[in-house]
Amino acid sequence: MEYVIEMNNIRKEFPGIVANDNITLQVKQGEIHALLGENGAGKSTLMNVLFGLYQPEKGEIKVRGEKVAITDPNVANGLGIGMVHQHFMLVQKFTVTENIILGSEPTKGMNIDIRKAEKDVAAISEQYGLRVDPRAKIEDISVGMQQRVEILKTLYRGADILIFDEPTAALTPQEIKELIQIMKNLIKEGKSIILITHKLKEIMSVCDRCTVIRRGRGIGTVDVSDTDENKLAAMMVGREVSFSVEKGPAKPKDSVLSIRNLTVEDARGVKAVNTLNLEARAGEILGVAGVDGNGQTELIEAIAGLRKVTDGTISVSGQNITGLKPRKVTESGVGHIPQDRHKHGLVLDFTIGENILLQTYYQKPYSNNTVLNYTKMYEKARSLIEEYDVRTPNERTPARALSGGNQQKAIIAREVDRSPDLLIAAQPTRGLDVGAIEFIHSKLIEERDKGKAVLLVSLELDEVLNVSDRIAVIYEGQIVEIVDAAKTNERELGLLMAGGKRKEGEA
Amino acid sequence: MIKRLLVGARGKSFGLIVPLIAIAFGFIAGGIIMLLSGNNPILGYTALIQGVFGDMYYFGETLRMMTPLILSGLAVAFAFRTGLLNIGVEGQLIVGWLAAVVVGIYVDGPFALVLAILAGAVAGGLWGFIPGLLKAKYEVHEVIVTIMMNYIALHVSNHFIRNYLLASGQRTDFVNDSASLSSPFLEALTDYSRLHWGFFIAIFACVVMWFILWKTNKGYELRAVGYNKNASSYAGMNVKTNIILSMVISGAFAGVGGAMEGLGTYGYAQILSGFTNLGFDGIAVALLGASTSVGIFLAAFLFGGLKIGASNMQSAAGVAPELVEIVIALIIFFVASSYLIRWILGRLQQNKEEK
Repeated sequence: MEYVIEMNNIRKEFPGIVANDNITLQVKQGEIHALLGENGAGKSTLMNVLFGLYQPEKGEIKVRGEKVAITDPNVANGLGIGMVHQHFMLVQKFTVTENIILGSEPTKGMNIDIRKAEKDVAAISEQYGLRVDPRAKIEDISVGMQQRVEILKTLYRGADILIFDEPTAALTPQEIKELIQIMKNLIKEGKSIILITHKLKEIMSVCDRCTVIRRGRGIGTVDVSDTDENKLAAMMVGREVSFSVEKGPAKPKDSVLSIRNLTVEDARGVKAVNTLNLEARAGEILGVAGVDGNGQTELIEAIAGLRKVTDGTISVSGQNITGLKPRKVTESGVGHIPQDRHKHGLVLDFTIGENILLQTYYQKPYSNNTVLNYTKMYEKARSLIEEYDVRTPNERTPARALSGGNQQKAIIAREVDRSPDLLIAAQPTRGLDVGAIEFIHSKLIEERDKGKAVLLVSLELDEVLNVSDRIAVIYEGQIVEIVDAAKTNERELGLLMAGGKRKEGEA
Repeated sequence: MIKRLLVGARGKSFGLIVPLIAIAFGFIAGGIIMLLSGNNPILGYTALIQGVFGDMYYFGETLRMMTPLILSGLAVAFAFRTGLLNIGVEGQLIVGWLAAVVVGIYVDGPFALVLAILAGAVAGGLWGFIPGLLKAKYEVHEVIVTIMMNYIALHVSNHFIRNYLLASGQRTDFVNDSASLSSPFLEALTDYSRLHWGFFIAIFACVVMWFILWKTNKGYELRAVGYNKNASSYAGMNVKTNIILSMVISGAFAGVGGAMEGLGTYGYAQILSGFTNLGFDGIAVALLGASTSVGIFLAAFLFGGLKIGASNMQSAAGVAPELVEIVIALIIFFVASSYLIRWILGRLQQNKEEK
């Protein structure tokens, strides 16, 4: 009984596509097994087959050496398979314990024995080092904590094979570290883990073996100790991928974005941006690094005209844009790749073509001010889809149907094509795979080399370090330091982001 | 909830099949009820169909009945496309009716008809403007406001008729001939039904809605706001103005619907003892028609036909006309449970694939 899970030659079809084609996944007892693949490669489909949500057309599944038919999630639960979903399934108003026992409540007579449940939850939490308060309400605890509740939920139901679906997507770097420790604890206690991810670093730091799938096909399984990030990336994408961003030195010119003593309040009326000063020049990428929630969102929204400026001025190419409406800001030469592409970047139920024209639909030749010319609109959309390699069946496909990377490419096509003097890129590669990240970074650098100013706001330190020319560190609504990207490192940035001062002579 | 239903009817897969199955289920369930109440469903439905197609008079009456249903359906659908639930179509239709009749009585000459219809549109639009403004400015939920506006419309219009416009009995004077939609030609063609030119205005309105939504800047903006307010304001659209505009246009469709009744079917306005229900039926029409122009036209034909055919069902087969209301309710029930139908269809498809 070497393998705890064996999925042999699995094939799953959907109308028109083969989501899984002859994929084999074998997980050993007590290992962390990574399932690696680009967005849309078929990872989730495979796991949904294992969890009983889909039935495979071909192939067999063995759990602990025995052939099984997993017809629905209850069967999976019965076999000790638990899933920690990417999007948590928790009742916000319930306590941790109430959420965990939901559906399998221990009873005492007619009542739920909440005391016993709390004790059990506390015991499991203790055993695996989860440090969850059983009585806390879900709405009061952090995202990282909520994820641990999801983990507890599977453990409480007796799972010993845990599937983690992109568990780090919503976590802060600190929470990621803690999660990795928790996974190690779980292994120590005899559990087995399948980790679905497209983040190579995580695989290298925590996994034992890794199965790679690409476009629905199994590429192979490797021991993590025998491989490295480059090899894994090549397996995943199907070609060599460069991680170090290729770029020449910046040739900065005149100032394009100039922010003076800017103060912006957040929704609660707290000063999120506090007398901030910042200057971005043509021909450079200015990175803004900071821990989430230090005023980045408010800063971007203030520049874009989406949030009221309390005090101070913002000018672009010498023109004062403070307090202008979003459309006026856009028209004065600002492009904006928003940090949440589903909330702000796209109208998901519009076609991809309609989305590509979202900023220009009212201009000639797409409109004569009243009536739209859809022929011209779709012509334009087609040429941008081609130029920016947006993979879509056609320009009339709903944006919702595209993968995250292709949605983001469409947004970038829209914003970059207008050739704005200032391009704001907020978290432009969040949740994307290496192929798409590479593409987006090269586009940002291309814009820089055309003499545009690029403001790159990102929570990913690697991204800020690799892509930017200068890095402004934002802390509690102020720029505390501006450093040369070539002369700094992760450690120094981390310190500055946490509010620490720069040591003399270290740069 | 209703929002979910209207979206559900739009559907990703099985687009046209779901409403058709819903209609079939509605008729089957109605037939079972007929059986249980001691009637012969085959006789009953034959009489119903004959009550629509069997006679030019009934057919004309069906088209006449469709007219306000199309317009109130368009009104509901238009607001819905912008993410708003206009439950106030009933009230907008009532004020449109009265306004059109008032202009039709007091204005004569070549432009009387156009002015009277416009008056209906303006009155309905105004009745939509108030909830739109409250929604945009103060985020007051439009469902609550529009429901209340229905009562205000009903009683205000009754008050005006009772105190200022009463001619004989419960009604106002007839509108001038120059403002009337009635057509001796169409009447003669349909064996002297009350069919009037308004039917063609309703068809034209279908085209207008389609054109506004799918061909104009404003339509693009209205749809964008309906789908995603955040992305719309990011793209520089004025979300608040679009919300108000959508309610005004929606109300104008409803107001024209009222004008069709006032200038065409009746030629006068009357003191209403209760709601006309034309506006509320519009919700059902929009739902079944999946908020599209063509769908609304077809759905209005179905509901209009059912309502007209009901009388023949009673006289020829002895089935109570209320049964038609039950069938309509059942159809709406099955459209609303389109999730269920889609699930069954999905299962059937899966079974076929497995074999």
